[in-house]
Amino acid sequence: MTELLERYAEVAGPDAVAQLRQLAEPLKGMKVVHVNSTRVGGGVAEILNQLVPLLHELGVNAEWHVIEGNAAFFTCTKKFHNCLQGAVDRPSEHDLAVYEQVNAENAERLAPVLKEADVVFIHDPQPAALIRHFPERKGKWIWRCHIDASHPDRIVWRYLRQFLKDYDASIFSLPDFARALPHPQYLIAPAIDPFSGKNCDLSEDFIDAVASDFNLDRGRPLLVQVSRFDRFKDPLGVIRAYQITKRFFPSVQLVLAGGGATDDPEGGMVLAEVRAAAAGDPNIHVLELPSDAHRIVNAFQRLATIVLQKSTREGFGLTVTEALWKGKPVIGGNAGGIRLQVINHHTGFLVSSPEGAAMRIRYLLERPDQAQRMGEKGRKYVRENFLMTRLARDHLTLMVALLRREIERIDTTQWRS
Amino acid sequence: MTFIVKDCALIPLSTGLRASNLSEFKAALAMAPTECIYHHFWGALLQPRFDDPEFKNDFAVWVYREIRDEVLAELLAIIDPADYSDLEVLRGEIIELIEQRIEQKEWLAWIPATRPFYFLRAQIVVFDTGRRAETVEDLAALLPELSPGSVFYHVIDARRRSPICCDDFSAWLEGLGEGYEPLRHALSEIDPYFGSLTDLRSQLINAFQSFLHVEKV
Repeated sequence: MTELLERYAEVAGPDAVAQLRQLAEPLKGMKVVHVNSTRVGGGVAEILNQLVPLLHELGVNAEWHVIEGNAAFFTCTKKFHNCLQGAVDRPSEHDLAVYEQVNAENAERLAPVLKEADVVFIHDPQPAALIRHFPERKGKWIWRCHIDASHPDRIVWRYLRQFLKDYDASIFSLPDFARALPHPQYLIAPAIDPFSGKNCDLSEDFIDAVASDFNLDRGRPLLVQVSRFDRFKDPLGVIRAYQITKRFFPSVQLVLAGGGATDDPEGGMVLAEVRAAAAGDPNIHVLELPSDAHRIVNAFQRLATIVLQKSTREGFGLTVTEALWKGKPVIGGNAGGIRLQVINHHTGFLVSSPEGAAMRIRYLLERPDQAQRMGEKGRKYVRENFLMTRLARDHLTLMVALLRREIERIDTTQWRS
Repeated sequence: MTFIVKDCALIPLSTGLRASNLSEFKAALAMAPTECIYHHFWGALLQPRFDDPEFKNDFAVWVYREIRDEVLAELLAIIDPADYSDLEVLRGEIIELIEQRIEQKEWLAWIPATRPFYFLRAQIVVFDTGRRAETVEDLAALLPELSPGSVFYHVIDARRRSPICCDDFSAWLEGLGEGYEPLRHALSEIDPYFGSLTDLRSQLINAFQSFLHVEKV
């Protein structure tokens, strides 16, 4: 067994790794290509950073490619993103022309790779139109939606559907997000890598140093929300919850830490709004971190008394998984994939308003024993359900099902006999 | 004869069917694939759980939590899917219960659910754990190590695979001879539905240990 697989076996158990090896057997040497729109920043890039090497270790010839686009392209795809999450922010005809043109250019650039691939995973709407340029494709194409598409703007969905209907399968994180499409729709939750910089163990010295560098007092309660500066993450709602909490716990501190994703043109605007709302309070730390500050984010989550993810829309919320993995209770918005992870009274609390968040913050700050018990449950819950080994297992299952046309039952024990 | 210990996982898929009230629920249930009915009764056992819910199947849980009709939830919860070898009969039974309840309280058909019900099905993927038992003693020693997936595969899924709805342990014991009939009988008395997979594993362990204890005496 390779060193990487041995490490996974230590955390997820040897059976989990043995299952991956069994499932990967018929896929050995096959070319599997993942395509998304950013190499850094955001959950998709983090998953691919870990999933692709793991597939490689299992003998699958996995590659990851990133499409190239200009500012106008990403403005259009951000509008797609907003509209799929329910906002009415429709792209213009010009925007759509740019979108299709950029996809055509990327199709030409990636043609040698995509034509030969046995399986292609296209992540989110940005590269979704690539499929149109491969009418005689050899492999199976899968569209992976990471977005909370439970209430999409119908016009934008109809536009994207013309591309999506040609895929062989799609993946959504929750049943709520699945839409009517003429192919199998898998429900696969994302996952974290326990060895990545975001999630690996850190020394107390390093955590102390981060606290010191960012003027955080380890003796006082700390609330942390880590996420892009995006309105759907409700950073202003978090500040409001903090301000209410401060009446009961005047010593409370707040960290709002976010990195930029290269495919998110709205981040700067939202960051300015957040800074304005936080102005004058030295205990609110609004931090724009570089996209590779994984260990610092890791340290913030470990320093936190409570982690918040007060999103109003959320595809999954890997920051929730990360916090639970570090044994922290999470107060999350009652939205999307957060509901899969935050189980009321077990791993944290789901809330629907800043006031609700403040109420639960107060509750947990007054009951540190309960907060600790929730954190312990949360870590176990992640180990059993949201580690990269489970995600790789589900991806391998999907590939086997499509390539071998095994519909209801995939029995790896029959392959050997 | 060797007993091969296997494990399994369920990978859920959307059927595209959803219901936002009881009327829609009844209509969607009527057209849902039968695998979907199986999944919402039995698949729930493999879902992560923090507590022991009083309502075991997804249909009853949804009616209780999202429609908030305790009477129908209780009627659905008491259904034991093990009593139905034909899932079409089970489907008909559920639809009839819903219709009866709507006849009693017509407005129940239209009150909006707080959250929709999504009809799912699942692909099962089966693994070899590498563990083998040659004797009943071997198997008894392996039972405490069985994962929930292994218990599901050898007890729940086995009943679906077997023409006589038999678990894998009983089928294996049958091949070992008549001396194991008391153990087969004890296994046949275990209710696979009204408990968690961990409870089910404990019951299996108890049945094997009791049998081996009697044998020794």
